[in-house]
Amino acid sequence: MRKLLLLTTVILVGLAFIARLFYLQVYGGYEYDIFEDTAINKEYTYPKRGYVYDRNGKLLVANQPSYDVMVIPREVEPMDSLELIEFCNLLKITKEDYDKKLERAKNYSPRLPSPFVPQLSKSDYAVLQEKMRKYVGFYIQKRSLRSYQTTIGANVLGDIGEVNRSIIEKQPYYKLGDLIGKQGVEQSYEEILRGTKGIKFIQKDRFNKNIGPFKEGTLDTLPVPGKDITITIDSELQAYGELLMKHKRGGIVAIEPSSGEILAMVTGPSYNPNILVGRNRSENYSKLHYDTIAKPLFDRGLLAQYPPGSPFKVMNALIGLQEGVVDEHDTFTCRMGYYYGGRRLTGCHHHRSPVDMNMGIAQSCNAYFINVYRRIIDKYDDPGDGMNKWANHAKSFGLGDFLNNDLSVGRPGRIPDGDYYDRAYGDNRWGSTYIVSNAIGQGEVEATPIQLANMAAAIGNRGYYYTPHIIKNIEGDTIPSKFTTPKYTTIDRKHFEPVIEGMFDVYNDGTAKALKVEGIEICGKTGTAENFAIIDGKKTQLTDHSIFVAFAPKDNPKIAIAVFVENGYWGSRFAGRMASLMIEKYIKGHITRTDLENWILTHSLEEEYAKPLSGEPFKINGETTLQVIDNYAIKLEEKETLKQ
Amino acid sequence: MLRENQRRFKFDWITIILFLLLVGFGYINILSASHDGEVTSYFNMSELYGKQLVFIGLTFVIIILILSLEAKFYERFSSIIYLVAILSLIGLFIFGKDVNGARSWYGIGSMTIQPSEFAKFATALAVAKYISDLQTNMKTLKDQIRVAAIIFIPALLILLQNDAGSTIVYLAFFFVFYREGLQQVYLVVALSTILLAVLSLKFGILITCVVTAVVLTIRYFIRKKKRASIFQYVLVLFTAIGFAYGVKLFYEHGLKIHQQNRISLWLRLEKDPLKLEQMRKAEAYNLIQSEEAISSGGLTGKGFLEGTRTTGKFVPEQETDYIFSTVGEEWGFIGSSAVVLLFVFLIVRILYLAESQKSQFSRVYGYGVASILFVHFTINIGMVMGLIPTVGIPLPFFSYGGSGLWGFTILLFIFVKLDSNKINEW
Repeated sequence: MRKLLLLTTVILVGLAFIARLFYLQVYGGYEYDIFEDTAINKEYTYPKRGYVYDRNGKLLVANQPSYDVMVIPREVEPMDSLELIEFCNLLKITKEDYDKKLERAKNYSPRLPSPFVPQLSKSDYAVLQEKMRKYVGFYIQKRSLRSYQTTIGANVLGDIGEVNRSIIEKQPYYKLGDLIGKQGVEQSYEEILRGTKGIKFIQKDRFNKNIGPFKEGTLDTLPVPGKDITITIDSELQAYGELLMKHKRGGIVAIEPSSGEILAMVTGPSYNPNILVGRNRSENYSKLHYDTIAKPLFDRGLLAQYPPGSPFKVMNALIGLQEGVVDEHDTFTCRMGYYYGGRRLTGCHHHRSPVDMNMGIAQSCNAYFINVYRRIIDKYDDPGDGMNKWANHAKSFGLGDFLNNDLSVGRPGRIPDGDYYDRAYGDNRWGSTYIVSNAIGQGEVEATPIQLANMAAAIGNRGYYYTPHIIKNIEGDTIPSKFTTPKYTTIDRKHFEPVIEGMFDVYNDGTAKALKVEGIEICGKTGTAENFAIIDGKKTQLTDHSIFVAFAPKDNPKIAIAVFVENGYWGSRFAGRMASLMIEKYIKGHITRTDLENWILTHSLEEEYAKPLSGEPFKINGETTLQVIDNYAIKLEEKETLKQ
Repeated sequence: MLRENQRRFKFDWITIILFLLLVGFGYINILSASHDGEVTSYFNMSELYGKQLVFIGLTFVIIILILSLEAKFYERFSSIIYLVAILSLIGLFIFGKDVNGARSWYGIGSMTIQPSEFAKFATALAVAKYISDLQTNMKTLKDQIRVAAIIFIPALLILLQNDAGSTIVYLAFFFVFYREGLQQVYLVVALSTILLAVLSLKFGILITCVVTAVVLTIRYFIRKKKRASIFQYVLVLFTAIGFAYGVKLFYEHGLKIHQQNRISLWLRLEKDPLKLEQMRKAEAYNLIQSEEAISSGGLTGKGFLEGTRTTGKFVPEQETDYIFSTVGEEWGFIGSSAVVLLFVFLIVRILYLAESQKSQFSRVYGYGVASILFVHFTINIGMVMGLIPTVGIPLPFFSYGGSGLWGFTILLFIFVKLDSNKINEW
């Protein structure tokens, strides 16, 4: 027994040591990550973020330096109260803030740097820099913030903000405190704009002193500056669109049909991009984010998905011609609506009858298009087949699915097909009469303004379009080929002329004849979309949305546009006026229809928007009166400044 | 004749190979721990790793010397060797040189020698000599006192030189005495003492009293036949309580503040997080750094010369007492477990050989070697990994330093020589 005491003790101690080693190195150990190794100092050099220019070479977004105080919690040494007070004063924070911030950083990671006080002002930085040595565990990181050279295009340009933890987990390039594009082109062209930050790994000793490059600097990388980009936006047109959209909610998307370049992308209400720069960013951002009524961060040009209304009629005309179920001379009678089995399915407004295609489009006759639509669907024995055929044609215009472009947000819209109604009504338990609303762009069809603008571009091009995109040029690089290859629709070129003539007559003697612009042949189509809101649990109808789709000139169009104004009532009232003005502004460079401009600038829809929230009963559409605002003079002044 | 020769020089190669592995691996880690950026020459005498290589070279000279002497020499001259060692320790008070507050070095030019490293094998020899005397009976109090005196003298001298760590090593001889017949009651008392000390510090006097009383009561009722009188039990209880008080008093007033803090950290006595933080910063800096370095090694380690904390010299004294942190960082769990296993194998091998000795002198000496290595190994690695309070003693064959390396080499190879001679014993 006596022989065994030491023997067993030795073996037990050996086992205990191995268990402890296992606990320290394997169980409690972590995957070695040089970024978590506090023995290695990581010095980042942030490259210049690429500038953003508009299509005419005007600088929109540049940079300004910014300084963040960073902390590595493990290395922080307790300060005596005097030192602490001084440090807090320098940072302009309270002692409680200090504790809270330190605790938060510690919770994130004791080994990794966290931003402690981001974005110091230049004067604070100057004072602090001198004394920074004293505060072990803290250092200043220089970064670059955006400096906007304009007050417009917040939704187009987007902004940059600190990465959050979920991004860091997915993309290890980013470290806490790094900035990343959050919306707009900043987001979609993040990797091109940001470049690559340079890293120097430096071996430290235990006194936190750098003792030389780690591994002779073989792991170090040089920063690669971000590339400048030119976007397709015409900033003057964009600014004008934003001016027109003041006091309204809605979206305008203008596209150059010959290239698919987006000339303007307006959403209302908007905000000044400069408010999302600097220390007030998060406060301002929350204000925008939590404004759930006006939703300034909701890009209506890209996201507002609604039944398109009458502009969709031209699509049915094109499909009818392509399917051979109608020709441009066929006429239908319209008795103030469409009747089926003695019952009026859809009303129509007052116009001449019988109606051919040209008049059908120009006068936006509901009955005409329901007849055409039913012929398309009933061409096949199974309405499902007809519906599928119809849907394929519509989808070839970029409707019903994501455009797959380079914008940070988007919606697919909806083009229903046979399956859709099989699911809704049951297999073969429906027919064309069930779904006539699609003929006039109501019912199940939905589209976003950008999709409608693209549809207009495809019509203007007589049968093809380029995917609408925002990138025009990347410094030292080419733009993706998907933006330079045309996409052909399923409609033959010859079928476009009668439809375009119809759209031209919308301006000549149709629903938009009051909106003509001298010297420009505009083809357009008005639209009015019913819409509803849930108020006190009850589905309540609101004033219709005003929609307008157009392109100009008629031959070789330079601009295709879709305008959508929430609760603007009929199509030519708000949207049509704005479309005409935008087209004139782009093509002529100045406005001759100052009467239209005057009307738009002096009429506000704010009261209309306030109604459903007032809690009082309210009237809609024809029973409303428009709010006139008397600040035209101010508007003109604004316009003057924009010109400069 | 050839057979005769072979027999005579039958060294235990397993021990020698284990020794070589430890020294070799130790050197590699000293190189890592002490290099400054680039290693230009392994013989760079201005660097610690260069010096250590010279020490290792000289070690082989010492080994040959030890092995070529007659085995009987060590037994015969053990008293003289012991005496020389004691004198060299005493001499320190006159000629010694202070290093880090401890007066345990002789300075000869730029060289320094630490006699306490050599006193260990000398004491082991003296203990072996005394116990193996036919007259000695470890069961008698007289011999117990005398043999205790043999270890007490060098231990006291070393303690007076302010080298508490090296003093503790002499406790190793308890294993030797126990093997050679020391009564079981000592073991019980020793274990109870440790237990009582820990209990009273960790849980306070009251709980210690209750626990002791309960244990004694249980014992009283179990041992119905051979039990001592109830007065003896009461006496034991009071002694225990007194001892617990003593420990508490000693802890609070007898210890230096840093020693007190080390124990407090080890037993996690401090509850105030702020004070604990200060204490850790002040006292456990080495430990925090060394645990961090070891943990960061992971399963396979960062590789030779690749340890970022080793290169940055984050762990103070990393080439001496804290060399194991370098092993942990650069060689990971696999490498450090291998080192632990090498030590366990070596000690177990020595124990096995000791038990197979025919002469009691060789056996006792062998036991002494195993015990000393064991205590060093346990305290050093346990301390570096935070299992026991900080006590500064080197890791045999690993830690930088000539005196230490030579001391352990002599200690081990005298036993190798004795072992090789066992066939000639009668």
